Formats: sequence, structure tokens, C-alpha cells
Amino acid sequence: MEFLAYFGDVFTPINFGLLLIGTIGGLILGATPGLSPTMAVALLIPFTFRLEPAQGLILLGAAYTSTVAGGAVSAILLKIPGAPANIATTLDGHTMAQKGQGARALQLSFLASAVGGVFGVLLLIFLTPVLAQWALAFGPSHLFWLAILGVTVIGSLDSSSVVKGLLSGCIGLWLATIGFDDIMGAQRFIFHSSVSGGINVIPALIGLFAIPQVITMFAKGRKSLDAEVLTVERHPIKDAFREVFSRTRALTIGTLSGSIIGLIPGVGGQIAGLVAYDQSKKMSSESEKFGTGHSEGVIAAESANNAMVGPSLVPLLTLSIPGSPTAAVLLGGLLIHGIFPGSDLFDNYPDVAWTFINSMLVGQILMCIFGLYVAGLAAKVAQVPNAVMAAVVLGLAVFGSYSVQNSMGDVYVMMALGTGMYFLERFGFSAAPLVLGLILGPIAEANFIQGSMIANATSSVGQYFFTGALNLTLITIVVASIAYSAWMELRSRRYTTKDDAIEKEEALS
Amino acid sequence: MKKLVAAAAMGLMTMTTGALAGGHENFPERPIMMMVSYGAGGATDFQARIVTMTAGNEDALGMPIAIINKPGAGGRVGWNWFATQAEADGYTLGAYNIPHFIAQSIEGGVEYSADSFEPIANWGADPAVFVVAADSEFNSMSDVVDYAKANPGQLTFSGAGLFVGHHIAALQLEKAAGVKLAYIPNNKGGAGAMKAVIAGEVLGGVNNLSDAFRAREAGNVKILGVFDLERNDFLPDVPTLKEQGFDIDNASVNFRGVMVPKGTPQPIIDKLAEIVPTMFENGRVAGKMKAGGSPMHIMTRDEVLEMWAAREQTLKELLAGL
Repeated sequence: MEFLAYFGDVFTPINFGLLLIGTIGGLILGATPGLSPTMAVALLIPFTFRLEPAQGLILLGAAYTSTVAGGAVSAILLKIPGAPANIATTLDGHTMAQKGQGARALQLSFLASAVGGVFGVLLLIFLTPVLAQWALAFGPSHLFWLAILGVTVIGSLDSSSVVKGLLSGCIGLWLATIGFDDIMGAQRFIFHSSVSGGINVIPALIGLFAIPQVITMFAKGRKSLDAEVLTVERHPIKDAFREVFSRTRALTIGTLSGSIIGLIPGVGGQIAGLVAYDQSKKMSSESEKFGTGHSEGVIAAESANNAMVGPSLVPLLTLSIPGSPTAAVLLGGLLIHGIFPGSDLFDNYPDVAWTFINSMLVGQILMCIFGLYVAGLAAKVAQVPNAVMAAVVLGLAVFGSYSVQNSMGDVYVMMALGTGMYFLERFGFSAAPLVLGLILGPIAEANFIQGSMIANATSSVGQYFFTGALNLTLITIVVASIAYSAWMELRSRRYTTKDDAIEKEEALS
Repeated sequence: MKKLVAAAAMGLMTMTTGALAGGHENFPERPIMMMVSYGAGGATDFQARIVTMTAGNEDALGMPIAIINKPGAGGRVGWNWFATQAEADGYTLGAYNIPHFIAQSIEGGVEYSADSFEPIANWGADPAVFVVAADSEFNSMSDVVDYAKANPGQLTFSGAGLFVGHHIAALQLEKAAGVKLAYIPNNKGGAGAMKAVIAGEVLGGVNNLSDAFRAREAGNVKILGVFDLERNDFLPDVPTLKEQGFDIDNASVNFRGVMVPKGTPQPIIDKLAEIVPTMFENGRVAGKMKAGGSPMHIMTRDEVLEMWAAREQTLKELLAGL
């Protein structure tokens, strides 16, 4: 209960002011496409040079929590996931916004984020020593099986057809091989200097999700003015509360899978949302409604990606190993003040450590309050005429892709992938499995190579990858996941003809 | 209107010619940008931000330096850009990592070599160290080598990747001890390699001194040896490899510093080479670097030129066998 003693420190005028600035600033940065949580935190580091250690960390921690949640705003309203964590949010959230229920989607997402986020930080407070061991338990073979588990999700993520889902997943896996390979440094498919660093996930995300939509809007021209007649439904916050807490299944699955996956160094945030979405879809009694603007989808995805925030800091704070890019940036923020994470942090600087953790707890609540406040206003975005909207989205897409690495090459990649995706969507393929392939490819590959190198030096590949409780558990889940998809496929054959795809497209836009 | 345009054009012309004729005495006249070929928050980026924070002072350059990150492919993306596209006008600086970029240019497939860049000054030197988990049975480098001799090719140890300082250190150890080892490159850099050691996925690892020092403070690892010519101020109790009987020099030490593209006017190079090292000596910079556990090693342009040439020689010999 040591953390309670330091709660007062969060509410000193300066600390609380910084917390407010970090939260509001983080929401705005998070809502801007391309500004991922990692980059938002990195941008703020220079401002912490002159602050006290605890104050600097409050600012960084608040920015981290609220950028993750803020990413939902552009995901829902513009269909541009700001970071990989928000991919799953677009699937149902954007559909809701198109039906005029943007306010409801945003309210649900902020409430679910707060529930997940608070749970994650509580885990960080109470279970840190236990969790640290769990984070270390995942070696190369386990991460490989985890990535394979992610691949099995691909098939069921696309609601129209398993085969098309798998095909677009394969395109993603291929795109992931472009560039210098992570371990050996071999050059693969580098046909132009802009892809020599590989396909960066964020420009790819922006292109794949936003550009097809922009082209569709332009293609419609001024013929249909439906955007202007769309009425944005007002949605009382009270109802949102009731809805979030009545969807206990989605909320529980999202929060738990987010916390568990967030803990694993190197995989965490990117796939937590998608795995939670897929799991709650499989377990839901209304699984056919997913993808059509169903509230469970938004709740599961958003509770998962914020639940990941607290546990993702466990390896950093206890073992001094940054488990995610954002944690690596936070490490820089600590080092600049001469504080080393690990036992040193909790023994010698408990005021810094606990004030930081407490402020993340308070930050989650503040984030939720501000989020709910702007939800109603922000949802009016749906009333913007198509022509204007298309221009704004295109501008944000270019800005977001460029800002990731200050590179025009990323903008070309974004435009090329986006244009390609427009045609793929015409044939019933969807972007989410493709992105998942792009994210999981390098994880599976690098861990397989590392694992087999270790295996060849010590035992045999078969023994290294197929023995041990954790390996076997993961393999069992993989097999179960494939079997479940196959069974569902046989029970209700799902396939889409071109006409269906166009019909669906027209119904949506 | 035409008159206005003409006047503006004239003005612009006089301004540019003025700047050209005026030589470089007034350099720098606008803020300078420094390219870091690793991501925001990494060790190189973190240190680059600290050592350039006083650039705007009157006794330094008088103009701030802004950091631009161009990460990707172990630094290759940023250095390719710097060698081929960066303007050689003195307003575009770059951070270098030795031995990384020289080893990569020897390996091939990149558009740069040591001749594509002009060094300005060196700010830091982070030696590689050999780490094992805190509960490991190894207590000295000879324990490690004895194990490797008894089990050839089975001593697994991690490092940040291929063709980086850690890999060079691993090759040197194999050569000096005359044993076959299993070097496991990690795709998550030094942090990932350290995690593999602490979690017991591998028996040992080569890592950065600064990161290993922190991990030892946290009680997670033992440090068995330093791949450098002398013991380090941060770890006075850890002997060098040479002291333990292995003929290993400082070829794997990760030197970090500032460079400009080839073709930058000589007067500008001279001016930067004169001012930049004094900027690194600033007390505030030294204090922040020490607090972060980052060893400083300031070298002038001439010393860096010599170091680059020596490094290229050693690396060509070491990597010839690969």
C-alpha cells in the first residue's frame, strides 16, 4: 500500500497542472494521424530537461496514456488508425460514425479505455514482481508461437471471406520482408531507395485505411450529398456508462488480453487490440454483428489497448529493460535525471516512482473526462461535406506519414499502398488482415531465426520449439484457434461475390 | 506588379551573391540540423540531444542544433541519405557510430564508406562488455572460454546484431581465444540482447557498457570483462580482456560523434572542428552525460580521422573471413 502515501504529490499545483497539460496535449497529439504514442513522448523529452524528475515523468506518463486513447478519435471519425493499437477500433468504430453514432462510439471508447487503463495500472502497482518474471518467461520460441497465433487471427478478422482474409494477410507478410532483414542484414526486394528501411508500419496503416476512403469520396463527386443530410445523434453519457458496463464479456476479454499481451516485451501494444477484438468476436453470442458498427468491437479493442499501458512498463521499471519503443523513450526521460530504473528506482527514489505511477492512474480518469467532453463536439466531423473531408483526410495522411521519419519515401509508400488497397477493396479484400501480416511477419521471422540459432548450438530445433509447458500451451491455443475458424467456416459458408462487396461498400459509404 | 517581381528577384539575387561572396565568416547564420540514423529515445539519439543542447550559446555556435531522426536497417537508411542527399553546406550535420558504418560499408550494399564523410569531433566512447546473468556459474572470462573449449560451438551469447560493435567484439574473442562460439544476433538491439541474458535464453552476452552498468546496478547481471585498452571509470573493478590474457584491442568500442558530408567547404569544416569539441566540454553537458551513465570521450577532428583510418584497417582484416 506504499503507493497511497505518495498520492498527495500528484495533486500539488505544479504536478497537477503538468498532468492536465500532458493529458490534453496527449489527446490532441494522439488524435493526429502519424503521431504515435512513442513519438509524442519523444517530442516531450526536451521539455523535461528543466523539470524535477517526478514532474518530468508525470508529463511523459500522462502523454503516453492519453495518446493511446486519443488515437481512437481519428480511428473512429476519419478511419485513420493513429497507431497499430487502434486498428481494431476502426473496424466497428468508423462504421458507427458513418451511421451518425460517432458520439456514442467515442464515449464508449473513452470509457472502455479508462476501465482497461485503470486495471492495467493497478496490475503495475500490485503485481509488478510477479509480472516481471512472466515477462521474462517469453523466449524466442514462445514469441514465435505467439506470432503464429496472431496469424491464425488473420483468417477470421475479415468478415466477408476466410480465403480473402488469408490472402491479404499473405500480402502483408510479403510486404514485411522488404528491406534489410532484421538479423542477417540481407537485402530483400529493395527496388527503390524509399523502401530500403523496410515498409514502416505507420505510413502503411495510414495509406491502407485512409486512401481508399479518400478515393471513394472523390469518386462520388458532388452527386450524392448524403454526408450533409446525416444527422449526428446525440448520445447521453449516462447511456454510454450503462452500455459499457452491460457489455461485461467484451470488457473483460479486452482488459485481460490487453494486460497479458502488453506485458510481453516487443509484441505488446501492436497486436493487443486486434487479438482482443478477435477473441471477443469468437466468444460473443452476436458475432455476426461485428464489423457492422457493433459496440462490443469498440469496447474490446479500446479496453485492450489501454490496459496494455501499465503492464508494458513492468520490464522497464523492474528489470531496466525497455519492452516497447515508448518504454525506451521513457527510459531516456529517467536517465536524464540520473535515475536508473530497477531496484534503485523503488529503493532510492520511491517518491519519483510512486508519484509517476499514481499520476498515470489519475491520468486515466482525467483522460476519460476530457474525452467524454469532446466526444459530442468531435462527432460533428461526420457532417463535413465529402469533398472537404477528402481533402482534409488526404492532407493529414501526407503530414502523418512524412512526420514519422521526416521522409518523403514514406509518403510515396503510403500513397502506393493506399491506391493498391482501393482496388483490393473492390474485390472484397480488407486492410486489417494485411496490416496484421505486416506487423507479425518480422516478429515471427526474427524469433524463428534466433530460436533456431540457439537450438542448433545447444539442442535440436524440434526440442527447442516443441517442448516446455509454455510452448505446448501456445501450440494448443493455435490449433484450437484454427479448428474453431474451420468449424465456423463449415457451419456457415461465408463467401462474398463481387456484387456483395460493392453492395456492402455502397451501404457503408 | 511586374516591377515588384523584378525588384524582389533583384533583391534575392543580391542576397544570394552577397552570401556567396561574403565567404563563411558569418557561419552559422541559421539553425543547424543534425541527422541521427537511429530512432528517438535510443542511446545515440539520447546522447546527441544532450551534447548539442548548448549549441545556441554565444560561446558555442550561437545557433541551435535540431535533431532529425532517420532510423532504419541498423542505421543504413540514415547514412545512405546523408551520403547521397544531404546538402554539403555545413547546415546539415550527421551523427556517426563507429564501427557500425565502416563495418557496413565493408560488408557492402550501401552507398557510403569512410570516404563519403568528413568527421568534425567525437563525443563519446561506449565499450562493449561481456555480461552473464547474476546467477551464472561463470565468474571470469577464462571460465567462459573453458566452457567453450569443452563444448565447441555451444556457448550461446547475444549481441545487438551483425556488423555492429558487439559482433566485432565476438569475432575478436573467437580469434583471440581460438574457440568456436555461437553468437546470437538480436533484432531488438542492445535492450533485446540484454533481456536474453537476464531471462537465461543464452549463457552470456556482449552489450554496451552503459546498459550493462545499469543492469548490474539493478542486480540482474555480472560483468566479466571490458573490450577496451583500459578499465573504465564507471567500472573500475572490471578487468579488460587484455588483462585476462586475451589479445583484444579497442576495435569494438562504439565511438559516437559528429560529421558532415564530403564536399562541405573547408572553412566551414575548420570552424566546426574548432567550436564543436568545446561545446562538448561544457559543464552542463558533462553533468547530464554522467548522470545518464554515458561515458564521454572527446576527440578532435585530426584524432577522429586517425581513428577512422585505423578502424577501417582492423575491420577489413576481421571481416575478411566472413
